[in-house]
Amino acid sequence: MKFIIQVNEGPYQHQTADSAYQFTRAALARGHEVLRVFFYHDGVNNGTRLTSPPQDDRNIVSRWSALAAEHELDLVICVAAAHRRGILDESEMKRLDKDAYNLAPGFRISGLGQLIEGVVLADRLVVFGD
Amino acid sequence: MKIKKCLYVNRRAPYGTCYALEAIDMVLIGSAFDQDISLLFIDDGLFQLKKGQDTADLEIKNHSPAYRAFEMYDVEKIYVSKEAMAARGLKRGDLLVDVELLSDSRIKELMDEHDVIFSF
Repeated sequence: MKFIIQVNEGPYQHQTADSAYQFTRAALARGHEVLRVFFYHDGVNNGTRLTSPPQDDRNIVSRWSALAAEHELDLVICVAAAHRRGILDESEMKRLDKDAYNLAPGFRISGLGQLIEGVVLADRLVVFGD
Repeated sequence: MKIKKCLYVNRRAPYGTCYALEAIDMVLIGSAFDQDISLLFIDDGLFQLKKGQDTADLEIKNHSPAYRAFEMYDVEKIYVSKEAMAARGLKRGDLLVDVELLSDSRIKELMDEHDVIFSF
């Protein structure tokens, strides 16, 4: 089965940020294909590399980065939602004349078209949100 | 590109959260990709379609004129829950656009008939 995953909620606030990761990991382990994970609304906060949880807590962001490196996962952050919430990559930092960027490894920033395209190509859209 | 039947389900009041505004963006992008789009408004989502929205005191943009523009993007299938209308004392004349009223049992079938459901 080909999946596209949509993540609508931020990390450490809502269980769905964890469930989305666990579902994706389980689907890959079962040999399914995950075409893309699309982070939308507050879900874009799952992609900041400045996330610094206490040592005895899970690191939701680096967990995604590791899964992406292992499986060549396509982790896409919605550009409009990201800009509103201060999630930038290096080129956007320069273009918007900001003094820092924070996109985590394995993530990329792109548009909503990536979600629509993924939905058209996938067998199932699975949404993690309220 | 393959065309899928996409149902956008709008469940929340227009301004308490970001979802109503995001749904509008998403519908417009979906239409740019030539997808077969239908909109469904249930629960407090109905208030998104109410005439006379004034957001001046909220200091945020009134996005409701967008619903009238949907026709230009060939987004013409707009469904509303009959039960949700009655529960909120709303009538067709209170809404910004022409809608088709559906019973909740018909809404279940509508969801079944679609390939993809986007929930906002």
